[in-house]
Amino acid sequence: MRVRPLRIRVRHRRLAGFVVLSAALFAVGTGYGLATEHTGAAAAGDPSAQIAQGRALFLQGCASCHGKAAEGTANAPSLIGVGAAAVDFQVSTGRMPLAQQGAQAPAKRPRYTQEQIEALAAYVASLGPGPAIPGKEQYTPPKNADLAFGGTLFRTNCSACHNFTGEGGALAYGKKAPPLTHATDRQIYEAMLTGPGTMPVFSDAQLTPQEKQDIIAYINAVRAVPDPGGFNLGRLGPVTEGLVAWLIGMAVLAVVAMWIGARAKRAQ
Amino acid sequence: MTSEYHTAVGADGARGDGRADGRVPAQVTRALTEVDERFGTASFLRRTLNKVFPDHWSFMLGEIALYSFVILLLSGTFLTFFFRPSQQEVIYNGSYTPLRGIQMTEAFDSTLRLSFDVRGGLLMRQIHHWAALLFVAAIIAHMCRIFFTGAFRRPRETNWLIGFTLMTLALLEGFAGYSLPDDLLSGTGLRIAYGVAESIPIVGTYVAEFLFGGQFPGTDLIPRLYVVHILLIPGLLLALISAHMMIMWHQKHTQWPGKHRTNDNVVGAPFFPAFMAKTGGFFFSVFAVTVLLAAFFQINPVWLYGPYDPTQVSAGSQPDFYIGWLEGALRMMPNPETNIAGHTISWNVFVPAVLIPGLFFTAMAIYPALEAWVTGDREIHNVCDRPRNRPGRTGLGVMMISYFAIMLLAGANDLISVHFDISLYTTTWIFRIAFLVVPPLAFLVTRRICIGLQRHDLRTAQHGYETGRIVMLPHGEFMEVESQLPDEEVARMGLEYRQGPAPELPPPVDEHGVRAPHTRNPLLKVRRALGTLLYEPELPEAREAARHELPAHGVRGELPSGEDREEAEPSRRG
Repeated sequence: MRVRPLRIRVRHRRLAGFVVLSAALFAVGTGYGLATEHTGAAAAGDPSAQIAQGRALFLQGCASCHGKAAEGTANAPSLIGVGAAAVDFQVSTGRMPLAQQGAQAPAKRPRYTQEQIEALAAYVASLGPGPAIPGKEQYTPPKNADLAFGGTLFRTNCSACHNFTGEGGALAYGKKAPPLTHATDRQIYEAMLTGPGTMPVFSDAQLTPQEKQDIIAYINAVRAVPDPGGFNLGRLGPVTEGLVAWLIGMAVLAVVAMWIGARAKRAQ
Repeated sequence: MTSEYHTAVGADGARGDGRADGRVPAQVTRALTEVDERFGTASFLRRTLNKVFPDHWSFMLGEIALYSFVILLLSGTFLTFFFRPSQQEVIYNGSYTPLRGIQMTEAFDSTLRLSFDVRGGLLMRQIHHWAALLFVAAIIAHMCRIFFTGAFRRPRETNWLIGFTLMTLALLEGFAGYSLPDDLLSGTGLRIAYGVAESIPIVGTYVAEFLFGGQFPGTDLIPRLYVVHILLIPGLLLALISAHMMIMWHQKHTQWPGKHRTNDNVVGAPFFPAFMAKTGGFFFSVFAVTVLLAAFFQINPVWLYGPYDPTQVSAGSQPDFYIGWLEGALRMMPNPETNIAGHTISWNVFVPAVLIPGLFFTAMAIYPALEAWVTGDREIHNVCDRPRNRPGRTGLGVMMISYFAIMLLAGANDLISVHFDISLYTTTWIFRIAFLVVPPLAFLVTRRICIGLQRHDLRTAQHGYETGRIVMLPHGEFMEVESQLPDEEVARMGLEYRQGPAPELPPPVDEHGVRAPHTRNPLLKVRRALGTLLYEPELPEAREAARHELPAHGVRGELPSGEDREEAEPSRRG
């Protein structure tokens, strides 16, 4: 009976410390968050403030690999002159910041808000000239875009890595061309403009903005085409078709053969 | 055996049982007699309708191929009404918008028209393509059944060769048909075929230009492939299938070992009505499965691939599965080339695409002769081997399957790389090593499993089932009651058909000091070595035991359940 109150007191003390620590962390975190947001709101109209916010974000999230002045390190390339479009593509698809070093940055849920991405892009753009984030009118294909020509361009320039229908494909050394099934018009346009990863740059001299729009229009059209033949088997071609032929077709027929070949039960 | 099963002893299973118990009008009888007197129809029909077919599902795999072929002929005829085999360039103006205004060959244009603007055209195309996949798959499955049961042995060696030729023709036929629409995917395949032809040393370039009518792609190929696809190979297939079936009809099916089943009879159901009903039903089942696949699973969506253009190649370009192993062989081959006096020999293409297929297919074709030579077995065999009773052969078969499986997987290495997150070059190395290591391992493991299964069979045959009942004998000894296996089940194990011992050889050196031929002739040495490795009976004592009456150990007890007793002593009710 003597011991119990003592124990309780000890537990209280420990809990108290935990609560205080949590509260302090929460307060600092929230305060910091509010302060950052406040800066952001202020920066929207002010380019230099936006660049400053971008720099702050850069130092926090990017500098450990890309270097404090984005000059690049042994782990990551220099970002001087890559342009705002590259930052927008990499960060809005969640590829940057990296979760870990690897053959290729996988697309994931983006870690920054659109406004933060724009700040980062503004900061990187301030380091050297590069392609700017394309405007909506630039990347949105017009209603009368030349689908068929876009398809020809796609098959000539894109399908070698991204597959006929943009389902993605394998590249050397663990890299891969990602599927285009979820990419937005802007991301596709930016990718062509900046050539992320192994992808070559398709500058406006190689593919005019209008041709880029035709390609985007084709990708959208093919994604929207309903499969008239039934279940599309992932649009992966003869490999999945062969699997279905054996695992469904032959399997069902073997079962039917067993059923037919089975001896009828004798009448009892 | 129940009443619906007949044992046809001797030649044909013709039984003279009169079925004319109903009254037949005199006019009909007279008319039929007139026909019979001229054509001898009655005896032919009697023989045919009473022909006995053994009943086991694995004997119906070949029928899948046969019926798929019928479906292919029917659906293919429909397709020819609309397909135009021409490489004339036209501008597409059909109803598939994303390709409208594109220049393409008439072949591709008419394929699109067939798919989108002809009523039922897409369904027919899909039926044709699915039936083609099932056709080849069924041929492969059927061939495996024949191989693993030893049904290629005397007297059926010729039919094995015809079947092998049918399989090879089916591959060519499939590839030709896959190439006809002239889409980007199949055009890529043709480009590879051109390269393969070119890789043949010395004559390669000439062969390629001869086949394609000049430089790739040219304008002759699609019309040529069309004639090959709809006339030449189908004609050959039809003729050889007829020969295959007539020989099979004459030689009769093999049958699984079982009670009353010998090398001299066929036990099963008569063609009419039992087998006819079964096989007719099976035809409709094959048709149904094909149409269901075609209705619900999209196949070869050429409109997504686009028209062929030699400057374009897509990721994920694969041929259909039956050619996929060749693609895989090419993909995993290292890259050696030799340059002799300005002439390049492309080992990197020639070895995987010409030499390896040549070796494998030759091995398949001559296997029956090879086995007969090694084992010295010239007997007539009408009873199937159970695969476990021939561990060496079964091991070889699994080895061959694993070779093809690894090549097939290597053909899909880019998809494996993307979808299973393995680096592409890693998959290449995995398949290279697997190609050398896995098949021999598969041989050894399969052989061992077969021996284990044989021992299990033998133990069960000798000792019967364990009942778990312990009895005490009058003198105090405890003993487990074991139930003797019904004769029928022992017979099904086919223990008496197991591999015989290798022929006795004379001693290596006789009393005069002369060495025996098999120690001198290298060919005979090879034969001896192969025989020991592949066909030596694993369990001499097992054969011995199987030959004599199988002794039962323990106390002969009763069967545990009434159902088993039923199996053991089939009623002979009429």
